[in-house]
Amino acid sequence: MSALFQQIGAVVAMTVSGLPSRFWASLTTIVSVALVVATLLAFLAMGNGFAKTVAGTGSEDVAMFLGTGTSGSELNSTMPGEAVRILEEAPGIARDASGRPIVSPESYVAVGAVRRAGGGEANVSLRGVTANAPGMRTGFRITEGRMYDPGTNEMIVGAGVVREFQGFDLGAEMQFGTDKWKVVGVFEVPGTVFDSELWADLPVVQTLFNRGPTVAAVRARLTDPGQMEAIKAFVAADPRLRIEVKTEKEHFASEARSLEAIVYFGWALAITLGLGALAGALNTMYAAVEARTKELATLRAIGFGGFPAFVGALTESLLLSLAGGLLGVIAAYLIFNGITASTLGGGFTQVVFDFAIGPAQVVSGVVLALVLGLIGGFFPALRAANTPLLKIGAE
Amino acid sequence: MTGEALIELRGVQKRYKRGDETLSIFDDLNLTIPAGDFVAVMGPSGSGKTTLLNMLGGLDRPTGGSINFAGSPIEKLSESQLSAWRAANVGFIFQFYNLMPTMTATRNVELPLLLTKLSPRDRKERVKTALEIVGLGDRSGHRPKELSGGQQQRVAIARAIVADPKLLLADEPTGDLDRTTATEILEMLQLLNRDLGKTIVMVTHDPAAAKYAKRELHLDKGEFEERLT
Ligand SMILES: Nc1ncnc2c1ncn2[C@@H]1O[C@H](COP(=O)(O)OP(=O)(O)O)[C@@H](O)[C@H]1O
Ligand SMILES: [Mg+2]
Repeated sequence: MSALFQQIGAVVAMTVSGLPSRFWASLTTIVSVALVVATLLAFLAMGNGFAKTVAGTGSEDVAMFLGTGTSGSELNSTMPGEAVRILEEAPGIARDASGRPIVSPESYVAVGAVRRAGGGEANVSLRGVTANAPGMRTGFRITEGRMYDPGTNEMIVGAGVVREFQGFDLGAEMQFGTDKWKVVGVFEVPGTVFDSELWADLPVVQTLFNRGPTVAAVRARLTDPGQMEAIKAFVAADPRLRIEVKTEKEHFASEARSLEAIVYFGWALAITLGLGALAGALNTMYAAVEARTKELATLRAIGFGGFPAFVGALTESLLLSLAGGLLGVIAAYLIFNGITASTLGGGFTQVVFDFAIGPAQVVSGVVLALVLGLIGGFFPALRAANTPLLKIGAE
Repeated sequence: MTGEALIELRGVQKRYKRGDETLSIFDDLNLTIPAGDFVAVMGPSGSGKTTLLNMLGGLDRPTGGSINFAGSPIEKLSESQLSAWRAANVGFIFQFYNLMPTMTATRNVELPLLLTKLSPRDRKERVKTALEIVGLGDRSGHRPKELSGGQQQRVAIARAIVADPKLLLADEPTGDLDRTTATEILEMLQLLNRDLGKTIVMVTHDPAAAKYAKRELHLDKGEFEERLT
């Protein structure tokens, strides 16, 4: 057994010390694997960043009520004003100092906006809210200007909207439909989708967007998360309430899945590119094995087995692909990590988020690289193991 | 110092298939090489000298007949048995040295010992001795490209003898060397034969080189013709 390891050690050392003599071919393999990995990571970073923002949005102790049959989207949901009053009587809802239940009825409409980069048009969310809305969002803060005055066409805008879209700077006026809205404040709820929204007074939004007394959703602060069961039972027991209830966290966790497709697309693209890189890697490795034919035959003549030759070639391939994988990870990190993007969220409105490369994405990239190295090295390694003895005379 | 037969070829056939054609190199080759012999195999190009040497060394198999080494047939051994047999019994010396270009002389010479159970310290000792025998004790850290052709062939000879095999097989060992260097190498083979008792079969097309052997065999049209030197 130790003799086998000695042989493997010798062949691996020989292989690795021979790498510089095939510098350009080796570099080509490394770079092509790096490109594949960087491509994959771009998409994974996008999916991860989006998921983090969306899934990071919800709170455990906020119950979220939506109209039934709205597939869980606030944009499609509508609830009569009467439902809001009934829900205020639900059990388990926290009350403020003056004994009023802490509930936040909210309307939700899409309005047009123009991107700063490229000038493309997109929809952003305009949320009609009441004084209870900020308290429902941990981390809410006005960073510039002031809160809107109730009853006016004033709005406050999320920091993500200001970053990504034109015309939402403090003091600016925007026209939605026939009405002008004035930006009086900028707010942030860092790392959440609310950062990508416009907020204004609920009654004004209801009127100007012809919503009547209906709202899209109601949020309610729970006395503790354990109250969800009681609230569900309350909603189910009242035939007037055609609504669904989840914790806000559950709601956004399911919305986060809407960008899973981008992750699948990333894998598909990376694997397609990977096939190209694999062809290159196979070529490089066959050439490397070919270049060592005489040495491998000589070792076999001396009495070495085929297995050390196999391990040697496979090691070379794995080393090259690992180097490519790490290069790809570093490149992707430098290029993509933290860049801001916006894309469609669960509904038709934009969510602004940052690309995020975390440990899971790095592992995926390195694993892909190693799989390429394994396949790219396997067949050449078989050839190495079966080098004909009579190649000792090869020139 | 020649004793009983180390190698015996009986009715050896060797044929190569090339498409539909069959090329017959040997039809009925018989040969006995006693232990301690030093044989020079000569003959025109393409007469089968290398093929013969490869069969003697267990690198190639006869199509028919038998090759006995120290009384037992080697042509029946499996690939891995043959591999172990080579490691234990044969040292190869090639025209173009066949050293590992990225390894030092020491590492090159050590290679056959990696197949043994020797400890690193014993291996080191053996490698040192082998390099001293070929007069390269002071070049142990050099890589092949830092050595002359003659020095490289000495490293190859050290590698061939380091595991102490009975049989040395040399295919045109001086074919790539100038006259003076060739003489040094041939004298060294002679010394290995005379003082260390190695049985040597050397292929050469150079009559002057063949004179260093105890006897010459001329291979032509698949047959031997012997001339004593
Ligand atoms: N692997 C092989 N396949 C087919 N023919 C071969 C092979 N090896 C050698 N030959 C042929 O066998 C003959 C003898 O070759 P070889 O033993 O190399 O001759 P020598 O060493 O005497 O020059 C030549 O005609 C050569 O072409
Ligand atoms: Mg020949």
